[in-house]
Amino acid sequence: MPMDESVRKAVLGAVPSLRAFAISLCGNVDRADDLVQETMLRALANIDSFQPGTNMSAWLFTILRNHFRSEYRKRRREVEDGEGHYADTLKTQPEQHGHVEFREFREALAQLPADQREALILVGASGFSYEEAAKICGCAVGTIKSRVNRARTRLAEMLSIDNAGEFGPDEQTRAVLAGGERS
Amino acid sequence: METAAAPNKKTDFKPAKLGREVQARLGQQLRAMYDDVVDQGVPDRFVELLNRLEVSGKDKH
Repeated sequence: MPMDESVRKAVLGAVPSLRAFAISLCGNVDRADDLVQETMLRALANIDSFQPGTNMSAWLFTILRNHFRSEYRKRRREVEDGEGHYADTLKTQPEQHGHVEFREFREALAQLPADQREALILVGASGFSYEEAAKICGCAVGTIKSRVNRARTRLAEMLSIDNAGEFGPDEQTRAVLAGGERS
Repeated sequence: METAAAPNKKTDFKPAKLGREVQARLGQQLRAMYDDVVDQGVPDRFVELLNRLEVSGKDKH
């Protein structure tokens, strides 16, 4: 297939964030890179269905997300194992997943239901708007919002971050936080 | 016996609604983890993949 230079650039340019998204989804670098490769192959094979002028990055994220979901369902049938599966993978192979400092966070993230995890990553890390994230996940904007909220609440619980938490920098900030619900 | 009510005031926090500080903290960690991967750039295997696709797609002159 003849590859347009602008397509090549856009696809390669999206690779770093596609990898970050894929690793956050599946918790495994090798599998994530396979997901990204498969995404590139599918995208280029179907490049005619991409509408020029629309967001190439969002289009690629959609392909990756759908591919991951269909794989995930397949695996889930095979392994008969719920959400805890990725968390277990992380615990047994911590070195594979990059810096130790993110390990606790990754483990907590891995325990979220898949739909909450992807919503949180798309909005909180990939920088997509709620509307874009809804398109990528094929659901309503309100659904994305509530998934992101639930994801944040569960993460905060798992990581023991609370409103008056140990992370609070000083008493003054705590005082502000304690009164924060009013406005 | 002393009055026990006062020290427990802090437990009145509603756990359902996250404060801004908590959200900021979570967002920070999430982005740090994510950007750690983004900063690795494009691994060679993906550049090579595109090169191979281009070569196999081009008609030989």
